[in-house]
Amino acid sequence: MKTKAITLSRRSFLKVSSLAGGGIVLGFSTVKAASSILDDAELFEPNGFIKITPDGIITIMAPNPELGQGVKTSLPMIVAEELDVDWSKIVIEQAPLNTEKFERQVAGGSGSVRSSWDSFRKAGATARKMLIEAAAKKWNVNTAECTTDKGFVVHKGSNKKGSYGEFASLASTMEIPKEVKLKDPSEYTIIGTRQRNVENKSIITGKAKYGFDTRREGMLFAMIARPSFGKKLKLFDDTATRAVTGVKNVVQHENSVAVLATSTWAAKKGRDALKLVWEDDGPLESTPDYMEALNKLIQQKSDAPKRNDGDVDQAFAGAAKILETTFEAPFLPHAPMEPMNFFADVREDKADLYGPTQTPARTRTDAAKALGLPESKITVGMSRQGGGFGRRLQSDYSVEAAMISKLAKSPVLVVWTREDDMQGGIYRPAGMYNYRAAINANKELIGWHLRAAAVNSGNASRENSFPAGAVSNFRVDSHNHISKITVGAWRAPNHNFIAFTEESFIDEIAHELGKDPVAFRLELLDRAKNSPSGSVAYDIEKYRGVVKLAAEMGNWGKQGVNGIYKGFGAHFSFGTYVAQVADVSIVDNKVKVHKVYCAVDCGRVINPLGAEQQIEGGIIDGLGHALYGELTLTKGVADQKNFNSYKLIRIPDAPDIEVKFVNSDAHPQGLGEPGLPPTGAAVANAIFAATGKRLKKQPFDLRIEPGS
Amino acid sequence: MATFKLNVNNKTHTVDVDPDTPLLWVLRDTLGLTGTKYGCGIAQCGACTVHLNGNAIRSCSLPVSAATSGKITTIEGLSENGTHPVQLAWDEEDVPQCGYCQAGQIMTAAAFLSRKPNPTDAEIETAMASHICRCGTYTRIKKAIRLAAEKGGKK
Ligand code: FES
Ligand code: FES
Repeated sequence: MKTKAITLSRRSFLKVSSLAGGGIVLGFSTVKAASSILDDAELFEPNGFIKITPDGIITIMAPNPELGQGVKTSLPMIVAEELDVDWSKIVIEQAPLNTEKFERQVAGGSGSVRSSWDSFRKAGATARKMLIEAAAKKWNVNTAECTTDKGFVVHKGSNKKGSYGEFASLASTMEIPKEVKLKDPSEYTIIGTRQRNVENKSIITGKAKYGFDTRREGMLFAMIARPSFGKKLKLFDDTATRAVTGVKNVVQHENSVAVLATSTWAAKKGRDALKLVWEDDGPLESTPDYMEALNKLIQQKSDAPKRNDGDVDQAFAGAAKILETTFEAPFLPHAPMEPMNFFADVREDKADLYGPTQTPARTRTDAAKALGLPESKITVGMSRQGGGFGRRLQSDYSVEAAMISKLAKSPVLVVWTREDDMQGGIYRPAGMYNYRAAINANKELIGWHLRAAAVNSGNASRENSFPAGAVSNFRVDSHNHISKITVGAWRAPNHNFIAFTEESFIDEIAHELGKDPVAFRLELLDRAKNSPSGSVAYDIEKYRGVVKLAAEMGNWGKQGVNGIYKGFGAHFSFGTYVAQVADVSIVDNKVKVHKVYCAVDCGRVINPLGAEQQIEGGIIDGLGHALYGELTLTKGVADQKNFNSYKLIRIPDAPDIEVKFVNSDAHPQGLGEPGLPPTGAAVANAIFAATGKRLKKQPFDLRIEPGS
Repeated sequence: MATFKLNVNNKTHTVDVDPDTPLLWVLRDTLGLTGTKYGCGIAQCGACTVHLNGNAIRSCSLPVSAATSGKITTIEGLSENGTHPVQLAWDEEDVPQCGYCQAGQIMTAAAFLSRKPNPTDAEIETAMASHICRCGTYTRIKKAIRLAAEKGGKK
């Protein structure tokens, strides 16, 4: 067996504990992953957990929140590989928040797999080694003569064979090895194979329990009336509410009023019957106000540019031609399919919280503060989650549920209607992006200047994105417009729109220069390699690899063959390189997106079936929001309230998708987000090829002049 | 409040609820059948789809008082063990991401295929257009319906 020695670092530690009734529990926890792979706001730290009982049941705990990104399948696959078990026979369980066993349990930044890769393999390998040592001791043979085979320890000389369960109790008394050998990738039998979601069966039979499905003894359902932006509660009358059958209690929490009832419907009827009087509490902002403010900001340079290579002023002063384009991004709600909800049972001295959250640790910390309880008295469990897209990184809804339970002295499931969810006030920030490109007399791109501005977004830009490094005079200014509106991370924060702007502008420049857009990108990559300006924050060869592969997959070259026009987009985010070609045609003056070809380099792929699914979902998401997504505000109130006014992509608009992964042995990278960013640009650039119309705003204005 | 007799998954239940209560909440809160989901409450997303006499309907928009005369089937009652051809195809094509919309999608697909055992792609799109999947599993839904049709989606 080819093996590779890995020393557990001193700051990693493993814990072995005996299970009641015998058996071994191996938990592990390591220090934060190398910061080099963390390019975004969210933190992720590795963790894992194995349970083996004497009767041979092997359970692998999935510590990270599962909201559709597939980590309940892919993370245990990594452990199972090194543990050497039969994938079809293991049990997988969602672990609750446990900061002693797991360092941090987060779903964000496409980070679960990339930050867990090493520690999860080590956990599996460590447990395997201890089981071998236990077997050798029991059989009184040399450890070196023992190996494993799918859940069994085998002794070569004597042909002895015993299941892991047989050695579980003994293994739990063994010392944790300081060094473990990891498999050579050529020996992998689980990693890299196509595995279906381990929860398929429970999902397709309706048995999977989401937060909304939580049912506990004595629990009441609650719905809450909340103020819109710029309003606060003046007074309310609950006489009619209390007359609704099933309504049990009404409590005020800050500026909100909660109605608790024996059913969801009674809670809703009770809430609808509240007489509420709101009063002004600050400015009542509307979408045009934001756009005006952003528009002012993008006229300016900032005192501290995010990136400033060469001298853009000089480049623009000497330019033969200047191109200028401004892009606009609207606010977007996250609109996960399962609206916000959380269960809370708060007592005098303790609290039990349960529900859908991407950040259980933050939930506990924030709830502890609000409730005035020590964190040690609060448990947080994670349900399966009906999507998150960043919304469940927040703790507003879970802390609110805790407070309602405390005030009402009752276990409570706070549920949000779709209207509550959409109007609930945490959005992808609206933004504006002004680009200028300086072109010299030799038709070369010599200057690039981005002035970006967004609402309450720390940095509206991603200043090191391609083509940074390939343009000698390159400047990025970023502005923040501060407002009362609450915003938050939304799938592929910033990348989700910035990629559309960068890649559309590159396409525009290529056309201006009379160059093929793909060839132009490759030329820029050559420049970043041979004469870089400033630092280059992406791997040029990987970038080039996906650009070339996508072009090949998508038959890049001729436009208009059989009425099909092609557009290109590429982007690097969350450690992963993605390039896409979109095929569109115009039928009856309508745009139809037929197919998206997508090349991905995310390092080693753990589960190709799940990986393709994440990319497919990202592409549909990127396309859908480019076509339809827009939330506007009028005097602090969201104009879109439900799916009749807020449009999401549906099946007739969904293109065929072909995904290819670059064969790679490199450290696995993110997949939940990187598929999304290039799509808007690939489609917009294809629409330009078909119609000559440049799309600069999302959602796209797809009105096509007949005959164009 | 009033009492209603409901036939759900071949069992008769007597429930005491407000007559205007949508069937969805009776299923979920009174009968504990939480497989049927809430997504919008206004017949826009399809998450709440169940069968009433074999037809796919939006349980969020049907008052319980209008559901007493027929046979209601929820995702829990679609098959004994998840063995309906549509369910099997959903697993085989590995459709679910978060999974929240999928019970509704499966119920519509099952009712559709029982009426149209060999649909065209365009017919599949039209039939499923009333559903939203926020995770974007549409390409796999199409594949799964084609697969179920091949294997005899009419059951
Ligand atoms: S919940 Fe009934 S259609 Fe959306
Ligand atoms: S799988 Fe998540 S909404 Fe469809």
